[in-house]
Amino acid sequence: MWESFGFNFVNFYFIPGLVLGCIYALGAIGITLTFGILRFANFAHGEIMMTSAFLTWSFYALVEVWFGLALHPLIAAMPAIVCAIIIAIGVDRYFYKPFRNSPTIMVVIASFGMMLVIRSIVQVLWGPNQITFVKGIAKPNAIVREFTGSFDMMLLVPNKHFWILGGTLIIMIAFNYLLNSTKIGKAMRAVSDNPELAKVSGINVEGVIKATWIVGGFCAAAAGVFMAMDTQFIESTMGFRMLLPMFAAAILGGIGRPFGAVLGGLVIGLAEELSAYPWIGNSPIISPGYKSGVAFSIMVLMLIIRPSGLFKGRVF
Amino acid sequence: MSLDGFLLEINNLHGGYGETEILHDINISVLNREVVSIIGPNGAGKSTVMKSILGMLNISKGSVKLESLDITGTETSEVVTKGVSYVPQTNNVFVNLTVQENLEMGAWTRKSGVAEKLDEMYELFPDLNEKRFQAAGTLSGGQRQMVAMAKALMIEAKILLLDEPTAGLSPKYRGEIFNTIKKINSTGISVLMVEQNAKQALGISDRAYVLVDGKNRHSGTGATLSADKEVARMFLGGKG
Repeated sequence: MWESFGFNFVNFYFIPGLVLGCIYALGAIGITLTFGILRFANFAHGEIMMTSAFLTWSFYALVEVWFGLALHPLIAAMPAIVCAIIIAIGVDRYFYKPFRNSPTIMVVIASFGMMLVIRSIVQVLWGPNQITFVKGIAKPNAIVREFTGSFDMMLLVPNKHFWILGGTLIIMIAFNYLLNSTKIGKAMRAVSDNPELAKVSGINVEGVIKATWIVGGFCAAAAGVFMAMDTQFIESTMGFRMLLPMFAAAILGGIGRPFGAVLGGLVIGLAEELSAYPWIGNSPIISPGYKSGVAFSIMVLMLIIRPSGLFKGRVF
Repeated sequence: MSLDGFLLEINNLHGGYGETEILHDINISVLNREVVSIIGPNGAGKSTVMKSILGMLNISKGSVKLESLDITGTETSEVVTKGVSYVPQTNNVFVNLTVQENLEMGAWTRKSGVAEKLDEMYELFPDLNEKRFQAAGTLSGGQRQMVAMAKALMIEAKILLLDEPTAGLSPKYRGEIFNTIKKINSTGISVLMVEQNAKQALGISDRAYVLVDGKNRHSGTGATLSADKEVARMFLGGKG
């Protein structure tokens, strides 16, 4: 059983799908939060992810050159994530805030413009080519391989995947605590639920918006770093390539529903990877080249069948 | 400040949304510990008066004063901080938040004493006590109205603004809401409400104003207006 089916399926499709799903889930949290609280589709979200991956690489490379120290990418990610959050808040302050009382389409277009601006700045500073993020082949964790191998269920999971899965889990737990047990988190849900009422209740809506950028920016930046750790390279279009699956995840879960976005992300990530599994015969059921088409199909289907998403989000 | 001082004064107010003027010369006052009703036909600008107090309106002329302090056009959150609590007519609870979370959001501008205030509210609205951890969206219309009022009272309110608190409620709940309003008033909080159920509203009001087309038409004590023939004919479903 394990030899004929499980080994291939779990190691080469399910776990990579789960990892990709985690990355999408983190990205989709930010998209769904801005959609819920500011009511617009933020096209520049992917660029925050991409920028944080570039900044992480830069901190990593600088420390290596100056001090001869090889940091773990997650340590180099800390200052990068802080920078990414500052960029997210700055973009909102100078490019989105002036449109707060304008029709939604204006801020959507502004975000589209910011997407191009941020990507171009990164291309100017770091160049348009791929940069290797982590060198070498990621070998499966030997302890896990030996341990599970002794049960005839050998798991080949590289360390980077443990970091991504574990990191995502920790962020989710923290995020859940923030939303349900802190004053600012509850206010974020309140503003998402009913902005007019939030205002007449005396809630400082601008403060809540800032908190939204911090949380959304943090999740996006973490997702960008995880993506870079997973693919082991970075390039200036990596954020844009993830934008569609992240939107699909947010819509699948229900717009404005953070935990819907998490579930949606996992579903989209798994669906993309599992669509390439040889379910019938020996060749992939859908050519891996069409992976991103899977996310798109799910999004379109969902919009037709159940536009409110799995968790009954907002319908526009 | 004397016990009978003016709490809220609206003087010669003109205003509306954007370019459209809806209120043409409104004069309304609320004294300390008073219950005041605003009645009038649809489109008379009753709810708009509420919004003018909360700084949500373009005011072209006139003033709004709270305890003789000019608050005309002040930012909404600041008006709330000064002790003006508002319950909108519709969408007045956070449906995805639990009852308790709704109340906590009402207490946003409070620095301390949230736990005590919560206990106080559950005492005033015993029905809500057992629904604490239920999403407000799952409650009945009457219970939602209770949540909305409790939420508004989480600040140290000086005046409670109620926009049609009994609209769409069953007679049983209507009576309960009016009783609660009296109870709230007895704790020293003034109430200014807009009401469709004019007869019952006048019954619990110290004074009332009749607005027509964005202007004052009548005013007087609840009892006088109830007895007034024109008012009776217009709003009380009356033989007048």
